Amino acid sequence: MSRPRVYNTQAIVLNKAELGEADRILTLYTPHLGKLKAVAKGVRRPESKLGGHVELLNWSKMLLACGQNLDIISQSQTIESFLPLHDDLQRLSYAFYVAELVDRFTPQRDENFPVFRLLLDTLHQLCQSCDGELILRYFELHLVDYLGYRPQLQQCLNCHSPLRPAAHFFTPSGGVLCPHCAHQEAIIYPLSLNALKVLRFLQSSDFTAITRLRLSPDLSGELRQIMQGYISYLLGREVNSAQWLDRLRRETQQSWGYSSEGERSVRIRESGGSNPPISTVS
Amino acid sequence: MGIAFVPTAMSMGRLIEELNRLPGIGPKSAQRLAYFLLRAPGEQVKALAEAIINIKEKIIFCSICQNITETDPCLICRSRERDQTKICVVEEPLDILALERTRSYHGLYHVLHGVLSPLEGIGPEKLKIKQLLDRLRGGTVQEIILATNSNLEGEATALYLHRLISLLGIKVTRLARGLPYGSDLEYADEVTLTRALEGRQEI
Repeated sequence: MSRPRVYNTQAIVLNKAELGEADRILTLYTPHLGKLKAVAKGVRRPESKLGGHVELLNWSKMLLACGQNLDIISQSQTIESFLPLHDDLQRLSYAFYVAELVDRFTPQRDENFPVFRLLLDTLHQLCQSCDGELILRYFELHLVDYLGYRPQLQQCLNCHSPLRPAAHFFTPSGGVLCPHCAHQEAIIYPLSLNALKVLRFLQSSDFTAITRLRLSPDLSGELRQIMQGYISYLLGREVNSAQWLDRLRRETQQSWGYSSEGERSVRIRESGGSNPPISTVS
Repeated sequence: MGIAFVPTAMSMGRLIEELNRLPGIGPKSAQRLAYFLLRAPGEQVKALAEAIINIKEKIIFCSICQNITETDPCLICRSRERDQTKICVVEEPLDILALERTRSYHGLYHVLHGVLSPLEGIGPEKLKIKQLLDRLRGGTVQEIILATNSNLEGEATALYLHRLISLLGIKVTRLARGLPYGSDLEYADEVTLTRALEGRQEI
């Protein structure tokens, strides 16, 4: 009723589906309207003026017209297309994962500005930094936080006792369990002290801080497993692009004879650090 | 939603329902097409029916390039005049028609029958990538031209194939991405313009 017939918004394209002969339905994430689906008419024709301005993972300014069912994109102008992602399969795959998680976790037409900000920051970070795995962990932790699934990392989820500096367990029910309470849960992941410290650090810091972190391959793998377990538990399904990332990792290990994490540990040695797995976490 | 018909026109109703299943054909268009066919000369309708049956009975996939064909290997793979050292990799059979219309390419093709899509869970095992790698083992191929679509999934597929094929020591090229003929610079997006600038050539 009070909704205007056309409106301006920014949007990041999360997903697309073909519609009819030349149209597409795009899943957009906007700063003030949350996730919404809109039709890009004629976008598959070469003479389309929308064309590259509504490609996947593009950040654009758009003018949308209210339609009966779905809104229609009438104009679009790219703000940023995250070009470095287009030239690097690994980074591009990380970005696909980020887009898929936002799409799967968020309801339509539900404003959540922090999620938009996080999505944008994560794509920027993926364009710059080398340790994509760490960026993903930061993204996952904060995404679930903004959606109301912040895991409890300060005390035992069950008995609320403060955690002692020892090995603990992580449960997808939402946090850390002390060794005493762990046996009551159905699904638990062992959680090393270092991994717990990294999770706490990520949860309480911002993106600029994580560039100081250096993780050993084992620790990186442990954190990935824990967060993937938590994410697929919350979603109740596997994440397609996570399986793709797993595949890429396996193939890299096979064809090059060393792991992608191995590459990273080499770089740490070159940069002169001795080998504390997480040097900046107290 | 079935379409109600009086029993005397059962066969008509069946045709309309079958036509209704085609992409882009709604119930009204299906009715119009069915009545057109009813009034059309017998030979024309028979020719259409035969043409439809033929594509199901005669069309197979070429065992070499995976393109659709009636003879295996297909005419392009069989031709001695084509440059056997180049393979152009495309997503769909229709892409070959587009490239052939240019009359500028004389090498061979390979059809992937799709594109990698991490978001939809379409991985390399669902495409004809293994068949492409098998073709490269002969040693005659010197260049692979990646002609996947110029969008993010097309890029991902090209990057992935480049990673696999460059291990074999074969030259891998990608079709130039830039401004389409007949387009306005004003409406070009940043990715296209950046690529167009990178790939500029001296006149």
